Amino acid sequence: MTVLATFTRAGRTPSPPLLLVVPALVVGIGTLLPVFYLLMRALDADASQLGEIVFRQRNLFLLLNTLKLVAVVLTLGTLFALPAAWLVTRTDIRFKGLLSFLMALPLAVPGYVMAYALLGLSGYYGFARQWAGISLPPLHGLWGAGLALSLYTFPYLFLNLRAAFLGMDPALEESAQSLGKSRLVIFRHIVLPQLWPAMVASWLIVGLYVIGDFGAIALMRYEVFSYAIFTQYSGAFDRTYAAWLSLMLLALTVVALSAQRAVTRNRRFARTGTGSARITRPIGLGRWHLAAWAFFALVVLCSLGLPLMVLGHWMRLGVPEAEWAHLGRTALGTFLTAGPAAVLTMVLAVPVVVLTLRHPGPFASLIERLAFVGYATPALAFALAMVFFALRNAPFLYQSYALLMFAYVMSFVALAFGPIRLALLQIGTRQEEAARALGVSPTTAFMRVVLPRLRRPMVAGSLLVFIMVVKELPITYLLAPMGYSTLAMNVFSRTNEGMMGDAAPFALSIILFSSLFVGLILKYEGSAARAAGK
Amino acid sequence: MKKTLLAGLGLVLGLTSFAAAETVTIYSGRGETLIAPLIKQFEAETGVTAEVRYGGTSELATLLLEEGAKSPADVFWAQDAGALGALSSAFADLPAEVNETVLDAFRNDANKWVATSGRTRVLVYSTERVKDDDLPKNIADLTNEKYKGRVAWAPTNGGFQAFVTAFRLTKGDETVKAWLKAMIANEAKVYRNNGTQIDAIANGEVDFGLINNYYLGRYTARDAEFPVGQTTFAAGDIGNLVLVAGAGIVEASDNKENARKFIDFLLSPAAQQFITLQGYEYPVRTGIIPHATLEPLEAVNEISPKVDTNTLGDLEATLNLLREVGLL
Repeated sequence: MTVLATFTRAGRTPSPPLLLVVPALVVGIGTLLPVFYLLMRALDADASQLGEIVFRQRNLFLLLNTLKLVAVVLTLGTLFALPAAWLVTRTDIRFKGLLSFLMALPLAVPGYVMAYALLGLSGYYGFARQWAGISLPPLHGLWGAGLALSLYTFPYLFLNLRAAFLGMDPALEESAQSLGKSRLVIFRHIVLPQLWPAMVASWLIVGLYVIGDFGAIALMRYEVFSYAIFTQYSGAFDRTYAAWLSLMLLALTVVALSAQRAVTRNRRFARTGTGSARITRPIGLGRWHLAAWAFFALVVLCSLGLPLMVLGHWMRLGVPEAEWAHLGRTALGTFLTAGPAAVLTMVLAVPVVVLTLRHPGPFASLIERLAFVGYATPALAFALAMVFFALRNAPFLYQSYALLMFAYVMSFVALAFGPIRLALLQIGTRQEEAARALGVSPTTAFMRVVLPRLRRPMVAGSLLVFIMVVKELPITYLLAPMGYSTLAMNVFSRTNEGMMGDAAPFALSIILFSSLFVGLILKYEGSAARAAGK
Repeated sequence: MKKTLLAGLGLVLGLTSFAAAETVTIYSGRGETLIAPLIKQFEAETGVTAEVRYGGTSELATLLLEEGAKSPADVFWAQDAGALGALSSAFADLPAEVNETVLDAFRNDANKWVATSGRTRVLVYSTERVKDDDLPKNIADLTNEKYKGRVAWAPTNGGFQAFVTAFRLTKGDETVKAWLKAMIANEAKVYRNNGTQIDAIANGEVDFGLINNYYLGRYTARDAEFPVGQTTFAAGDIGNLVLVAGAGIVEASDNKENARKFIDFLLSPAAQQFITLQGYEYPVRTGIIPHATLEPLEAVNEISPKVDTNTLGDLEATLNLLREVGLL
């Protein structure tokens, strides 16, 4: 009886332990602050102005443009990420490590640098004109913006899909194969459904990012909803109607979250068989090798080659005075905030995800949704909310590292959910249940059995947060301690004043700097996988 | 793990600098590349340590409004009169003598802020595709069929909005609305800011742009062949409007003495000379050697429309108008 009770209740105790509740509460409160702030600001509104600024036809048009952009970015991103993830996990293509590295790296390219790179393709200083003497039509509008955004957001999809492929149990596919099903049928009916949660979760993250982006779309001259918010804050120095517009964005986020839940409900992905999962036998590409390499070459050329070429070109325009000391200090400062922020995010993200999976209920789902709302809150509004609450309740924290860190963590914690959630789903509860049956406490069982296997997704998640923090601008601008500047701030201020030569070394440092981390992590991942006997 | 992290956080927290006696905190909407050497010079001259928060003028203005009476800032240095106007209520009164050091045309009568440099609105054009007699005489010309789809503008940009405000105040809202609509009908193309308009002309996307005067110099200084030129409209046209960048002392400042020292420094001949030579802008006082490539200030004053810079902070009606025609 006791054994049976332990079995059914393993990992599903009715009241979640404090170890999960406290971090979840921190995340909930931290991400609720901006919502409170926006609601409070929104209350100042004047009804007649509301009609002119918020509820007008143009905003609907902008919203529609935003949705079109999201569709384009997700489609293009998936077209880059899905084949790439499949190739590096399931085939006999060589240099898988290097390819994974190259596919992850574009995440480090700042959005506006990517936009400049695409624009630079066709322009006066463009490669087409300088090298081939032809002038290409400029890449603008929906497709320009969509391409720019997908070229640096697809790595997020890639990393999640790759993790999903790696964690999949090959037994199902092999059974299907033995039943004589074709590869295409297997992919559609067995692989794709298993990829689905990772795919939808990444779409959500990338989609919300696209909705909030302003840098790339402004350069690509495509007008979307974030334009309206930007104009209110920056053009009108207004916080009331900007709050209304931001709340509309959050409403859209809630809709997207419900949609995501609806399409991924009631699926299970853990192995149910006995024994341990084997590694899949790689599929021989044969004569398709050439096509695979051409695909990678094209993606790498566009996503990394173009930005690096444009940066190289800016460098050639002249880096006026070497600012190496400043560059070094800035790089160190960037690392010292992004590093701890990434680690702290993980410390909070793991309990929240465990809570949502093991203790599902209104509390868990509220916290999870709030984290996504925090992620989707326009960064400027998020920063202003922190300013508001810090100055009123903890002025000693204002413009301190602690507050900056808190803001980063709250705004990016949702980014880390995907990898951890997927890993937990794939690990399942069986081994933990076995440990519990052997008389270990739930916490100890989790720590000993599950946590070690979460190392890989945790490292992957913190990498994502790390790179996002390195590139972050509005929160850093408003909340950073006095005199502190990041690499991204230096790039942006210089490009904004047309001083491209001055900006290039800083932008290159961001990419170089992030590449070191991506490289380290993939290397670590590789050795961890080998150690695990895979 | 968590404990050590929290302890680490506490440590970092403890290390955040608390203001020493001789400091001044500056929120600067002007970019670090141009300003950093000036700040160093200020520190060397006065012995006051300057703590500078760089950022976009509008972000910092919004931040100052949010901070209100609790702002740690002593000085706000802004790129445009719109931001200065929006912050009038957050600025302390300047002693009248501060504005008396600057040229008449640049004075702020309310003594809320002081201009630190002048700049003009200009027309940039493609030297490859535009012949001299194709240049428009005034901004109204830009609505002619001849310029269809060839003109760039930046409706979200502070300089452009100040221009629209001045246009409204001199010619009335209806005239401006008609002009904006005619420009839209003539397929004027929207760009993000001044620099992107210059790029677009070089790239062959458009042939003309409406921007501030000091951007093109940064391109031509590095590339003499750069295919973009700069010119003015006919004398008195609103397209030749003179604008200012300026600074004010934040009302919430508990260090107004040092704030004043910084403002005085910005108006000093040395700082004015630096801004003129390095920033391609106009000095706000006499006795400064003009920039060789800039149209002399006397000539600019002659052709620029007579608009009181003090009135350019009246943004609200301008934004409403831009919204009404669908530009924002």
